[in-house]
Amino acid sequence: MKRLFTLVMFLLIVSPAWAALKVFATVPEWGALTEAIGGSEVEVFVATGGLQDPHRIQAKPSLIARARNADLLIATGAELEVGWLPLVQRESANPSIQSGQPGYFEAARYVSLLEKPARLDRAEGDVHAAGNPHIQTDPRNFLRVGRALAERLAQLDPAHAALYAANEKRFRERLTEAITRWEKAAAPLRGVPILVQHKAFPYLENWLGLNQLGSLEAKPGMEPTSGQLEAVLSRQRQQPAKMVLRPAYQYDAPSRWLAERTKINVVILPFTIGGTNEARDIFSLFDDTVRRLLQGMEVR
Amino acid sequence: MHTFLKWALAIGAALGSLPALAADADLEALRADLAQMKAVYEQRIAALEQRLAQREAKAAAADSGQAALAPASEGSAPAAANAFNPEISLILSGMYTNTARDARQDPTGVAGRERRPQGVLPSGLVSGVEARSWNLGESELALSSMIDPLFRGNLLLSIAPDDTVGVEEAQIQTLGLGHGLTVKAGRFFSGIGYANEQHAHVWDFSDAALPYQAFFGPQLGYDGVQVKWLAPTDLFLELGAESGRARGFPATDHAASKNGFLSGSLFAHLGGDLGVSGSWRGGLSYFQAKPRNRVYDDVDSAGNQVTNAFSGKSRTLVADFVWKWAPQGNPQVNNFTLQGEWFRRREEGALAFDTTGITPAANLTGDFRSAQSGFYVQGIWQFRPAWRVGYRYDQLSSPSISNGLIESGALTAADLPILSAYRPQRQTAMVDWSPSEFSRIRFQVARDQTRPEVTDNQLWLHYIMSLGTHGAHKF
Repeated sequence: MKRLFTLVMFLLIVSPAWAALKVFATVPEWGALTEAIGGSEVEVFVATGGLQDPHRIQAKPSLIARARNADLLIATGAELEVGWLPLVQRESANPSIQSGQPGYFEAARYVSLLEKPARLDRAEGDVHAAGNPHIQTDPRNFLRVGRALAERLAQLDPAHAALYAANEKRFRERLTEAITRWEKAAAPLRGVPILVQHKAFPYLENWLGLNQLGSLEAKPGMEPTSGQLEAVLSRQRQQPAKMVLRPAYQYDAPSRWLAERTKINVVILPFTIGGTNEARDIFSLFDDTVRRLLQGMEVR
Repeated sequence: MHTFLKWALAIGAALGSLPALAADADLEALRADLAQMKAVYEQRIAALEQRLAQREAKAAAADSGQAALAPASEGSAPAAANAFNPEISLILSGMYTNTARDARQDPTGVAGRERRPQGVLPSGLVSGVEARSWNLGESELALSSMIDPLFRGNLLLSIAPDDTVGVEEAQIQTLGLGHGLTVKAGRFFSGIGYANEQHAHVWDFSDAALPYQAFFGPQLGYDGVQVKWLAPTDLFLELGAESGRARGFPATDHAASKNGFLSGSLFAHLGGDLGVSGSWRGGLSYFQAKPRNRVYDDVDSAGNQVTNAFSGKSRTLVADFVWKWAPQGNPQVNNFTLQGEWFRRREEGALAFDTTGITPAANLTGDFRSAQSGFYVQGIWQFRPAWRVGYRYDQLSSPSISNGLIESGALTAADLPILSAYRPQRQTAMVDWSPSEFSRIRFQVARDQTRPEVTDNQLWLHYIMSLGTHGAHKF
């Protein structure tokens, strides 16, 4: 009996050394990136799906339970998860994933953020003080975040540093090649006037040179009123945009309303992995995004 | 002749030297031009080199990521001392209330007595007792911040409409213990049940459910310590224990002057996901207190306003369950919450009649035992973005009481009318509109049958707004 107890205690103490690094990713894109770089040495849990708005999630019991055992928490940051992640961190009782610890990684810190508000006032709607957090719509950001993430994984698990570096190099080469391909395919999109339902795509617009004329949401995070939509409609008649972009998880009524009244194509973009059936990983996410944008160019 | 020669020679020499002079000037000019050109080119080359170096550095940064790895936001972080200011948020609320009967008056007409359900040993602190017409709700000011990497601090002040300031919560919480352990100390709301920890501004209805009002009047708080342990499993399992000075009903710890733990509670919560669309949490909690001389008012059979007191042991059991559903787990357009809690309280001890001695039967004391249960169940449905409807049914059972004062014939049931058998119940419906995450306006109607004499139809128009730090989406 005493021997069994000793064995159990030994296993309890030793087993973490054998186990893969447990990673808690708030959104699917960082989960996929961690898997690409960590390979078999990481065990990834993704907190949200492609059809969920990562801003509106609640600190569910399942998330707290998963965060309890995580070695690394990877979040977008820039206030995207501000409504629930701090609570999950606190309730998890896990000191290694608290902000400021090596086990807490914020992707937005490694890219330059766009749309930093000049005025911090909730009268502007749900603005993010640090800038727009939807950085995953520009594939070049994955290169930057990927490199930082490889270093972080190596810091947490030095035994596999070489593996992380090699995986990161392979991923970077493959993605760089794919970016050239996407940019070539998306060349006809340069300068194309578009509308967006929510200011979710500045990084995509910046990457492909889309010309964003406006947003259906007059204030971010607030559903547009009929008066605001009428204003968009009259602007659309004077200065027509080719298409209106909407993340797959967003309420479809405002963009549908506009499409019923003008010749504008509604383009539903996957936004992240799992947003559409086609977007299964980082590469198919952008394959699908570019394909849908090009489809949106066709005359309705 | 001599002079002529001199002149001729001089002129000749001068003439002869002219080309040489010219050549010198050309050379100088050429040299100057060259020097200038050289300077210009050098400048240009330097500029080009500089640009090249910049490009290279940038490319290297992008390529090797060394420069990009420096956090992009670091440079823009404010360096001022006030960057360490805590997170501040403020809740503003106010309402219009319309009731058939004045909620602050007991129907028996005794001035100063508040509405309270019959058949319940009164808590004396029934919430939702607003005057009719316009009322200011509770304004809540919250300050919270990390203290250092190990502790977090949190202060919540509530400013009541009568200009009094109360400390609702003032606590420190550990973050660095590890092993799933969290310790909280100070003033906090107990972790028992589901809704007990919620602040009034996140309630789905404008008032607390009947069992909370009757059993905890309307929320159990502590000045003490709480220890929670989270199991290292993928299924959420949390065990907690609390001890300290319980604040308010059913304890009387505010008056206690002794060492030891005073009141205490234990709770266990279990939770998880049901597919991608649903998640749930259930729990079982237990609270125990030893009230001493817990007084309440009543009107005896002769019409005297008497004060009675209970001393003994009070134990409460709470079972709670909540299930939340949203299509694909995305609550933006539609979502549904089903929530219910069941309470049972047993009290054993002695009841003293007329402790202030205004009737001949003053200070009569007898054995007293009571058992009472209650429950509420509510559903909230968001039918389109920003709009929700909800319905709640709450009820208390008629208590089973064994009262030595009546059994011995010393008093009659008419001397203790508030304890006479009755089953209080209420139905509430609401619709609310939340144009953003920070504002909510609610319309609520209730049919209140908590007292036998009257069915009170109540109506609220209630606004709840939050300013400052983004609130937490608690499950």
